[in-house]
Amino acid sequence: MSMDNLKISPALEKYMTKEYRDLVERGPYGKQKKVSEMGTFKEIIEEHPMCAGCAMTLFIRLTMIGLPNPEHTILVGTAGCGRLALSQTSIPFIYGNYGDTNAVASGLKRGLEMRFPEQPKDVVVMAGDGGLADIGFSTVLHSWFRKEKFTTIMLDNEVYGNTGGQESGMTQRGAILKMAPKGKKYEKMDMLGLAKTANVPYIVRMTVTNPTRVASVVRKAVLIAREIGPTFIQAYTSCNIEYAIPTPKVIDDAKSLEAERYGFQEFISDEAKAFLESIEPKKAKATKSTEA
Amino acid sequence: MSEGAGVEVKSTSAGAGVVKDSETSEAAGQKVVTPEYMFFEAPRERAFITGSEAAKEAIRRANVDVAISYPITPQSETMQQVGALWAEGYVKEYYRGEEEIGVMSAIAGSSRAGARSLTATAGPGLMRGMEVVASWPGGRMPIVLLIMCRVINAPLSIQPDNAELAYLINTGNIVFHAENQQDFFDYTLKAFIISERPEVTLPVAVAVDGFFVTHARGYVMMPSKDIKLPPRDPYHEAVPVMDNENPPARLSRDAPIQKSNFISYHVHASWQQEVWAAVERSRKYIDMYMGGLVEIVNPDADTIVIASGSAVSQSREAVRQAEEDLGERIGLIKVRSLRPFPTKELREACKNAKRIIVPEFNCVGWLYRDVAAALYGHSKAEIIPGPRVFGGISLPTEMILQYIFPDKKFIF
Repeated sequence: MSMDNLKISPALEKYMTKEYRDLVERGPYGKQKKVSEMGTFKEIIEEHPMCAGCAMTLFIRLTMIGLPNPEHTILVGTAGCGRLALSQTSIPFIYGNYGDTNAVASGLKRGLEMRFPEQPKDVVVMAGDGGLADIGFSTVLHSWFRKEKFTTIMLDNEVYGNTGGQESGMTQRGAILKMAPKGKKYEKMDMLGLAKTANVPYIVRMTVTNPTRVASVVRKAVLIAREIGPTFIQAYTSCNIEYAIPTPKVIDDAKSLEAERYGFQEFISDEAKAFLESIEPKKAKATKSTEA
Repeated sequence: MSEGAGVEVKSTSAGAGVVKDSETSEAAGQKVVTPEYMFFEAPRERAFITGSEAAKEAIRRANVDVAISYPITPQSETMQQVGALWAEGYVKEYYRGEEEIGVMSAIAGSSRAGARSLTATAGPGLMRGMEVVASWPGGRMPIVLLIMCRVINAPLSIQPDNAELAYLINTGNIVFHAENQQDFFDYTLKAFIISERPEVTLPVAVAVDGFFVTHARGYVMMPSKDIKLPPRDPYHEAVPVMDNENPPARLSRDAPIQKSNFISYHVHASWQQEVWAAVERSRKYIDMYMGGLVEIVNPDADTIVIASGSAVSQSREAVRQAEEDLGERIGLIKVRSLRPFPTKELREACKNAKRIIVPEFNCVGWLYRDVAAALYGHSKAEIIPGPRVFGGISLPTEMILQYIFPDKKFIF
C-alpha cells in the first residue's frame, strides 16, 4: 500500500485506538522484522480465537513475520481452522469458497500484476490439508502446472479439525478418525512429490520447531514466487484437540514427528537459487547448506 | 457521466511514431468513449453475424482486463474468440482454466484485484461453477458472466434449454435474458457499466439461448471497433478491492461470518438484504441504458404473452400471425431483466388483461412462477403455464397460437 495510507490523519489522531496507532507506528510495514524481535513490534496478528496451544497459530504468527512486504501482500484462505486466525490479520484476507484458494489466487495475482506493473503484490495462500489436498486438489495442481506466481502454504494438521476431526487425504495410514472408523486404509498423500512433478521451483516440508527458520522459509518462498514461479510449503501444524496432544506437549510432539517422519526438507531449483543469490548473496548460501 | 461529445482520447504510452504490428496497434488505437456515446450516439453499421460473434464484438469494445475461459458447448466459440481478442491486444489477460469451479473462482480473484473481469459458460458448466457464482454477489464483485443456456439434466444433451436459470435468478446476481444477436451485443456491453456502478457493485449475467442465438446469424447494428468503454474504476465501488492499497485495518472483505452466534446471523441477513437492495438499485441503469426491464407490444390487449429470451422471438411471430391471419390483437411483454424482476411493470401492463400465456424453453416454468407471484392479487387474468418445450425442441408459433386460441385447432 502507499505509505501515505498508513499514516493517521492528524485530525483523527486522538480518536484512533492505541492498537491502531501501534500498528502504524510500530508495525512491520515497510521494514523486515525478525523473529528475535518479537515482543518489540506490533505484529500483524495478535488476537485470535484459536484453541489454546495450537501449533497452527504459532506457525501463522511466524509466517506473518517472514512476509517480505506485508504492506503489499494479500492472503487467500478457505474453510478450516486457519482462516479464523487469518481473518484477524492486518492484511487483506480473502475467504472464498470451498477448495477455491489457488484459483482465486491465480486470478487475483494476474489482476494485480496487470494493475500494478511496477509494484510487486504478493499473494499467499494459507489453507489446511483438506482445503488444498482434497477439495482444492485440482486448483492447487493446475496453479502449479500454469506456473502461477504465488506461494501456497499448507497448514497440515492431518485432519479436518474445524469440522470436528474427520480423516483427510493427508492423514497417516492407520489413523482412526471420524469417517475412518476402522483406521485410514491408504497412505498420506505425497503432495511434495506432486509439487516436484509439477516442477515447483521451491518446495519445503517443515514443522514449527524452529521459529527463525519458519520466517526465513516464508520469506524465500514469497520472493521466489514473485519472480520465478509457484512455491509450496507443507507445514506440520498439529491439531492438539483431535489428536489429543496435551497443550504443554505440542512442541514436543512436533519435535518427535520431525525426528520420525516430518524432517525439514527444502528443494530449490537452480533458477530460484540463482535468483536468491542475486538479491541476497549471504542468505542464499545458508539455503544451500540446509538443503536436504 | 459527461454530456459532451463523448469521445475522450485515451492517454497511452504508444506515441504516434511507434511502429507496431497492425493487429496490436489497432487495439492500442482504440479510443475510450463514454458509455452514453457507445450506447446511443456512436454511428452504427449493420453486420450479419452469429450470437457468439456478437458477444466477441461487444467484448472487443468493452475494455476487458481479464478473461478466463473453459470450453463447453455451445459456449466454447465465444471464449475462444475472446482468446483471439487477447492475442490481438483487445483483452489484457487471458487463460484457459482447469474447469468451472476454478474459472469462476479465478474470475472472482481478478475482480477482487480491481480488474474488469469476464467469463462465459453453459448449462452443466454453470451448474458446476454455481457454488462460486452464487457467492459473487455477497462478495460484491463486478463481473460479467455470459451464459449460453443448454440442457443440464439427464439424458445428457447439448441442446438449448434454460432450466439452469431457475436457481441463478435467486442468487443476487443481476440476470438479463437476451432475445437475439443484437440483444446479446448490447446487453453484454451495458452489463459491464451497470455491474460497476458504485451503488450496484454486483455481477451481471447475460443469458442467451444456446444454438438458437449463439450459432445462428442475425443482423446486429454495431458502433465502430475503434472505440471502447472507459476502464473500471475500482476505487468508486461499494466495497474496497483487495489490492492492499487501503489503510492497514484488519480487513476481511467478506462479511465476518466466522462464528455461529446472533451477531453473525444478523450480519449475514443484513448483508444479503443489502445485496438485494443493490439489485433493485440497478433498475435506474437498466431503464437508462436498456430501455427498461420490459418491452411492451399492444398493452391494451385482452390476451398477453409474457416471455424472455428466444421465446420472445417466437411469440413476436405468433402475435404477428394472430393479427394478420386471424385478426386478433395480442399483447406481448418481453422481459429483458429477470433480476431485478419487473414486478411493477408487469402489474401495470397486465391490470386489464384477461389471459396471460407464458411460453418457455424449460420444463420447470421458472418465468411462469415469477409472473404468477408478481401478479397474484394484482390482476384477474388467468395465467396459463406454458407452452413449454425443452431438451432442444423448438417452439413453433402454432404451439403458442394454440395456447392463445384454445378453441381453434393448430397443426404443429
